[in-house]
Amino acid sequence: MNLVLDIALTHILGRLRQTLVSVVGVALGVGFTVAMSALMVGSQNDFVTQLIDAIPHVNLTDEQRDAKPQPAAAAFAAVEIHGLRPSEDRRGLRNPAEVIAIVRGIVPGGRVAASLIGQGVARYGGTDIAMSLTGIDPRAELQVTKIGEDIREGSLEALAGAQDAIVIGDAAARKLGARLGDTISVSTSKGLLKRFKIVGLFHSGVTASDEGAAFVLLKSAQILFDRANAVNQVKIKVPDIDQARAVATRIEREIGTKATSWEEAHESLLSSFQIRNVIMYTVVGAILLVAGFGIYNIVSTIVHEKARDIAILKSLGFAEGDMRAIFVIEGVIIGVLGALAGSALGFALTELLGLVKFEIKGGAVEITRLPLYRSWVHYAIAGGFAIVSAAVAGYLPARKAAKVKPVDIIRGAT
Amino acid sequence: MTSAAPTEALSPDAAPPPSTRPLIELRDVTRILSGVVDTTLVRDIDLCIDRGEFVAVTGPSGSGKSSLLYLLGLLDLPTSGDVLIDGRSTTDMDEAERARTRLAMLGFVFQFHFLLPEFTALGNVMIPMRKLGRLPERQMRQRATEILLSLGLDGQVDKRPEQLSGGQRQRVAIARALANDPPVILADEPTGSLDSKSSTQVFDILQSLVDTQGRTVITVTHDPVAAARCRRRIHLVDGRMVSDEKV
Repeated sequence: MNLVLDIALTHILGRLRQTLVSVVGVALGVGFTVAMSALMVGSQNDFVTQLIDAIPHVNLTDEQRDAKPQPAAAAFAAVEIHGLRPSEDRRGLRNPAEVIAIVRGIVPGGRVAASLIGQGVARYGGTDIAMSLTGIDPRAELQVTKIGEDIREGSLEALAGAQDAIVIGDAAARKLGARLGDTISVSTSKGLLKRFKIVGLFHSGVTASDEGAAFVLLKSAQILFDRANAVNQVKIKVPDIDQARAVATRIEREIGTKATSWEEAHESLLSSFQIRNVIMYTVVGAILLVAGFGIYNIVSTIVHEKARDIAILKSLGFAEGDMRAIFVIEGVIIGVLGALAGSALGFALTELLGLVKFEIKGGAVEITRLPLYRSWVHYAIAGGFAIVSAAVAGYLPARKAAKVKPVDIIRGAT
Repeated sequence: MTSAAPTEALSPDAAPPPSTRPLIELRDVTRILSGVVDTTLVRDIDLCIDRGEFVAVTGPSGSGKSSLLYLLGLLDLPTSGDVLIDGRSTTDMDEAERARTRLAMLGFVFQFHFLLPEFTALGNVMIPMRKLGRLPERQMRQRATEILLSLGLDGQVDKRPEQLSGGQRQRVAIARALANDPPVILADEPTGSLDSKSSTQVFDILQSLVDTQGRTVITVTHDPVAAARCRRRIHLVDGRMVSDEKV
């Protein structure tokens, strides 16, 4: 065996208990880093996947980012016009067929669903509740949202071809006291009233939607809102999720109304993930820093305790570099052992977390497992950081050992 | 004082055969320990030591005997002057090169054995060999065993220092000093902590290193009996060399 390694080993084996404590310190740091990374990245990915699955990647609405300039402003070369009554614009995306054709042209292979959203009041047996009413094409809608998975009773497909069918949130149905098959009436601000038979109940887990959302056929919505052949929202799923932002920008430019990508819509959420990561790596860094202090401590103790051996090795012909190497290696050995033990611990912790089951109550009982993302990169980062910090923690006392003057020690001993 | 045979006297183009060059040469060496009050350890020492010499450095305590030995052994650097080993100046060597010279040319024996407690007698003797790395592992082991046996340590080869007696430990330390076959052995009160029987034994060994192996042995001692066995006696008082007699 290499002599320097041999001497380093005798030193740390001579302080076995303290060495083990240091190794455990590093192992805990590495282990928790690995398990925490798996959980953090797992939950983040899970969240994003759920988000991406649940929502359209690009949402085109009839809104404008900036108010349209009034025709009067263009007609007169005035600096400012006061008391102007804005011309009333017919809302909605005009000519939906053309809009959809344009969108399809921009996103080949994308899935597109047009809908009309408005507010209405649902009434059943004397109970009124405000509802957000969405007119959809069921088949297209199922392709861009996860509403199909949320159906608890009945089905969304039952809407197809049935002008008097409605699908409402289960909480809304409970509030109304209506059940599947009952007929409720829906009125809008246009003064129109229409009776619908409940053909489906959904539970999305989002209370606002479960308590106050309803789906009807697009045609029915257009009648209720008195907006024949109009839509005010186009939901788009793009094949490549990373293209969403670029697609949104292009659609907005070509159609002229607001198109938001999922990233733009959830910007604050995504940035909160970054903050979460910074917090995690700070905590984990602190654990490993403490472990580093442990290593510094043991190597310092050894340097102090073995001053005589250091002196004698130098008198035998060991150079300062050799002495540094011995003590850096001691730190690195502890770091490597800690990284190995920590990887095993991290693996065990991750698998243990994988066994944890959750019961989420909300309407029905759902059983979920913790989302975990297992990656060798986590092991490499945690282990690498541990070994590097161990080397640094060993280097500081090693520098001191290298500077030991044999004469001082030998003189002191004699 | 011996008049040094300085290397400059030799023709510079014809490299002198090693035997004609003094093995160790001190040129006007002064070592001052700086502190609140500067302490002069040794002052103005000029000294030449040749191959096969058996030198005792004597003097009252605090006279700079050990300091002189450390300077000879490159464990310490002179404040002024130069130490030459085999004709080469050591003051302008870097630290690693001085370490390498110690490893190959010089063997130390101290008052205390200073063996590494975690290694066996054999392991301790092999440390300088492994550091030098000139021999394959098996030959190192063989040579180390031979040295230990030649010093009467049969049966002690695989024992750890704490299992050995004081005299045995000191002999292992001598074996370690001999590991790389250095021409010079430097001993700092090698018998200082031994009983008289072990002292005699250790000194016999040192003498045989000179007589039968042709090595140079320089030993610091305050034991007049031991000093009397050496063929050259250097006496120091207050860091100055006051006498240098050859027998």
